[in-house]
Amino acid sequence: MPTIYIDGQALEVAQGENILEACLNAGMDLPYFCWHPAMGSIGSCRQCALVQYQNEEDTRGRIVMGCMTPVTEGARFSLNAENATEFRSAVVESLMLNHPHDCPVCGEGGECHLQDMTVMVGHRDRRYTGKKNTHRNQYLGPLIHHEMNRCITCYRCERYYRDYAGGKDLGAQASHDHVYFGRHEEGVLQSEFSGNLVEVCPTGVFTDKPFLKHYSRKWDLQSAPSICSGCAVGCNIAPGERYGKLKRVHNRYNHEVNGYFLCDRGRFGSGYINSDARLDYAGIKKPDGSFMAVHQQQAIDTAASWIKHKKIAGIGSPRASLEANYLLRELVGAANFVAGFSDSEAEIMGTIVRSLKNTTASNPSIKQMEAADAILILGEDVTNTAPRVALGLRQSVRNKAFELAEQMGLPPWQDAAIRNLAQDQRSPMIIVSAMDTRLDDVASRCVSLAADDIASFGYAVAEVLAGGKTEDMAVNEAAEILLGAKNPLIISGSSMSHAGIVNGAVAVAEALGSQSKPAMLSLCVAESNSLGLALLVDSGLKTKPLSISKLAKKSSKLDTLIILENDLERRASNTDIELLVKAAAKIVSMDILENSTLNNSDLVLPAASYAESQGTLVSSEGRAQRYFPVYQPAAERLPSWQWLLQLADACEHKTLSELEHFDQVVSACAASQPLFTTLVDVAPMRDYRSQGQKIPRQTHRYSGRTAMNAGVSVHEPQQPEDTESPLAFSMEGLNRDEAASLIPFVWSPGWNSNQSLQKFQAEVDGPLKGGTAGVRIIQSTGLGALQSSEPAEQILKSHQWHLVPVHQVHGSEEMSANTDEIAELAGPAFIAIGQKVAEKLGVTEGDGLIVTQGKTDISLQVKILSRVAKNCVGFSAGYSETLELTAGSLVSLIKDQQWVRPTSQMIATDKRTGTQGGSAHV
Amino acid sequence: MLSELRTIWEVLKHTFTKAETVQYPEEMPYLSPRYRGRIVLTRDPDGEERCVACNLCAAVCPVDCIALQKDTREDGTWYPEFFRINFSRCIMCGMCEEACPTYAIQLTPDFEMCEYDRQNMVYEKEHLLINGVGKYPDYNFYRVSGMQTATKDKGEAQNEARPIDTKSLLP
Ligand code: SF4
Ligand code: SF4
Ligand code: SF4
Ligand code: SF4
Ligand code: FES
Repeated sequence: MPTIYIDGQALEVAQGENILEACLNAGMDLPYFCWHPAMGSIGSCRQCALVQYQNEEDTRGRIVMGCMTPVTEGARFSLNAENATEFRSAVVESLMLNHPHDCPVCGEGGECHLQDMTVMVGHRDRRYTGKKNTHRNQYLGPLIHHEMNRCITCYRCERYYRDYAGGKDLGAQASHDHVYFGRHEEGVLQSEFSGNLVEVCPTGVFTDKPFLKHYSRKWDLQSAPSICSGCAVGCNIAPGERYGKLKRVHNRYNHEVNGYFLCDRGRFGSGYINSDARLDYAGIKKPDGSFMAVHQQQAIDTAASWIKHKKIAGIGSPRASLEANYLLRELVGAANFVAGFSDSEAEIMGTIVRSLKNTTASNPSIKQMEAADAILILGEDVTNTAPRVALGLRQSVRNKAFELAEQMGLPPWQDAAIRNLAQDQRSPMIIVSAMDTRLDDVASRCVSLAADDIASFGYAVAEVLAGGKTEDMAVNEAAEILLGAKNPLIISGSSMSHAGIVNGAVAVAEALGSQSKPAMLSLCVAESNSLGLALLVDSGLKTKPLSISKLAKKSSKLDTLIILENDLERRASNTDIELLVKAAAKIVSMDILENSTLNNSDLVLPAASYAESQGTLVSSEGRAQRYFPVYQPAAERLPSWQWLLQLADACEHKTLSELEHFDQVVSACAASQPLFTTLVDVAPMRDYRSQGQKIPRQTHRYSGRTAMNAGVSVHEPQQPEDTESPLAFSMEGLNRDEAASLIPFVWSPGWNSNQSLQKFQAEVDGPLKGGTAGVRIIQSTGLGALQSSEPAEQILKSHQWHLVPVHQVHGSEEMSANTDEIAELAGPAFIAIGQKVAEKLGVTEGDGLIVTQGKTDISLQVKILSRVAKNCVGFSAGYSETLELTAGSLVSLIKDQQWVRPTSQMIATDKRTGTQGGSAHV
Repeated sequence: MLSELRTIWEVLKHTFTKAETVQYPEEMPYLSPRYRGRIVLTRDPDGEERCVACNLCAAVCPVDCIALQKDTREDGTWYPEFFRINFSRCIMCGMCEEACPTYAIQLTPDFEMCEYDRQNMVYEKEHLLINGVGKYPDYNFYRVSGMQTATKDKGEAQNEARPIDTKSLLP
């Protein structure tokens, strides 16, 4: 640990750091712009200047850039020397020459790093009298607003978008003071991670477009620590609310999981929460099929009369919290509880849970995956099924570059130098999939195979690893890179709806394990709590858990069926749904948005969304994480766990009616099986206090408290009380250095932007001072997880194809697809084919094809992919139009002669408007 | 004794001086334009609403009695969808006026705001907005700001150069 001196103060710093990091770690405020903890330094903005002295006698020193200067033993610096402060202030002044007079109408205002740094260096008055440069803005799609005048040319956007996230359609243009950051022409940003530009850009060039529509300042947002429900990765988010509307979702730092970045589904996919299609009141179905609104108590009483002493069953949900699923299971009894997976998904989830419980491999966090130096992906388009993981994998393939850098003695933060050194050299990554994946551009080899063959590929690699031989070059290569690696990583998952693929991946991991090469095995699952639900049903019962189709068959004996946040249309066949609806005398269901299952029910209960309730989700990493309500549910909505608890109480349920608070539910759930014991440690309980107070959800500058409700009544209501969590709907209390699971927003004196995060981190880019949120609940026995044999081959007739599900960040996930912007990006449902098949069928991109699967005919738009396995066609998975298509089934295709080609298609074409700039850029 | 006599003398003397008190409300006192009374929202010289819904007044208000919500016009400019001041809380400190970057919010010399019903002290935008520029006749924020509006292209704001053609190699 070298010692350096800053303004005479001796500092012990970590070897390999730069001075900027050292200063920030020591709590000093050294301004910066271009440096980013996840992206390193390039020394382009000149903001982090300080003075370095030759030795103790040297009084003049020279200006150096903190972010480009490594710490060395005995080095002497000054932050406060006059030439340093003058220099920094001059840099801001020059950056301000062209800065528009925009702060009042800028979506960054109040959380702007440029504002903060300007105040920090003390620059105030404009001396330059020349004209300001101006730029035209671009239309960049429905998510990102562009206001180029505000740029300070720090290059962070370009470095993030291209270098870090692998985007291709945004970059720097022109030269000298004409530099421009945008696309080659107007159009939708193509990266699935474009939303992070909002947080990466230190100014208001890139701002959150949906947020701008109903904008509030950061200081006015009420926030709570939450977990993204967009997929099973479990990124930590900080949603903000004002006036009863969810305004935006910001990243919440979790050192192990999402770090600084989210995907666009997670950031922009919560608009459905403000949707008009949400239910406000419970409803009882009248004989004419319409619903009559009733109050909570009446709904509970009605439901109780249908449940008490009756034969009941319950269907859970992979997108509902662990607590809600647990309560439903207890209410109906484990033998009558159906997880709510589709039948095929239930089988795969069973396989995954058994594998994770016994494998010798470890189940890595994203941070751990970023350390992988050889990757084998079997059957997943990770960018579309576990988006944030894919962003991590783009960093893993850079480990080759870091290895080269180490040989050269370059510190890892020397970003530009390392990229120059490594050029296109990457760590190996082999992708075996049926079709194009969004990671193909960084893969060392892509293999296109049908689902069964992907599974066989896995087994073949395992065999070679165990000493077998094969002719297949790709298999040999995969075995070779995994064996040669320090940290091999195998990724697979449930997206192909094919258990064999998962088994193949497990086989590879186990084979590596038996070569005493501990592997990482990451299995992507579909929904935010798929794994939690699978763990819940996997325990306790010796018999196989009940499936939806089995329940449908025996449902004639049912009195009442309770459905928890589950649209059966997405998970069960039409015949099963019909059986269930006909057979069950009464159906009680609770959900967030209107859907066909609610319409089929006799009593509907309006459930609170994730932003209005609390619960635990188990991510694919096996990490249990708690989300807390951002605001109170409107009207008579209730969190599902409260509906169920009240139902249990009304039915005088033996054990459940003892429970009153959320914490008690957590404890009961934790006691229900050994795997869940640590659930009580996921976040502090409701009696937790910091300095005697709860954690505030509102900032200390939260405005308008005596006016926001005055339009209704001038008599100010009491702040709502939160009896269930350690957070308060108030600005009183301290939001500093708390447990990581309890940080609702980041802010620090002088640091209003998200850069204040560094004040919450134990060290730059390290875990938070309060640790890392979440508890990993799966402890593997390490006995090995090999099971089941290779799948049998299907025989194809000519003109028949295997259906392969194609997942999309935008459109495939049930809830986010109800958000306007996401629906716009999702576009119409499609059938994806290769060029050869297209020629054979006589279609081109944008034409229509009639897809025949058994008795169903669906007309879908053609999308042409560059890489498709033999005899495979893809369909847009999770779109409402394609719910009837089943992965793995055989279909025939013919051209739809009646098809009308869509006129201008937003995603397919680049331009939305002919004009540049103008009123379109709202 | 002496002091008592002196007091009586002083009082008697004042019987013949001019009274300072006025017969309010028949007679109105003069209040300078910068007197801090009832708040108004003004318009710019072009007759458009001046407030851009930046929320600075709300943030600075020590009693938190201003609440508003930003909305966007067709041309991209910002304006308040609603703007509410709870005058039953306002202490007429004038901080909002000081914080306002557009001269929209201004305090006026009107202090006569008594109401029997407190609810009537809650003013919405339609009660606050006046048809004039108030104390600052010339200022129009959008003529200075770099934001493009329906009537002002990029590069046409005060002290702005023509938009840069990024495809050009000329300096
Ligand atoms: S657009 Fe933002 S991130 Fe990009 S160079 Fe300009 S200021 Fe930096
Ligand atoms: S990767 Fe998944 S959990 Fe993370 S932000 Fe995206 S949708 Fe949410
Ligand atoms: S005068 Fe003072 S108290 Fe009244 S609204 Fe303005 S800032 Fe608030
Ligand atoms: S400070 Fe001025 S422009 Fe900003 S919201 Fe208040 S009145 Fe409107
Ligand atoms: S942060 Fe060091 S030069 Fe930009």
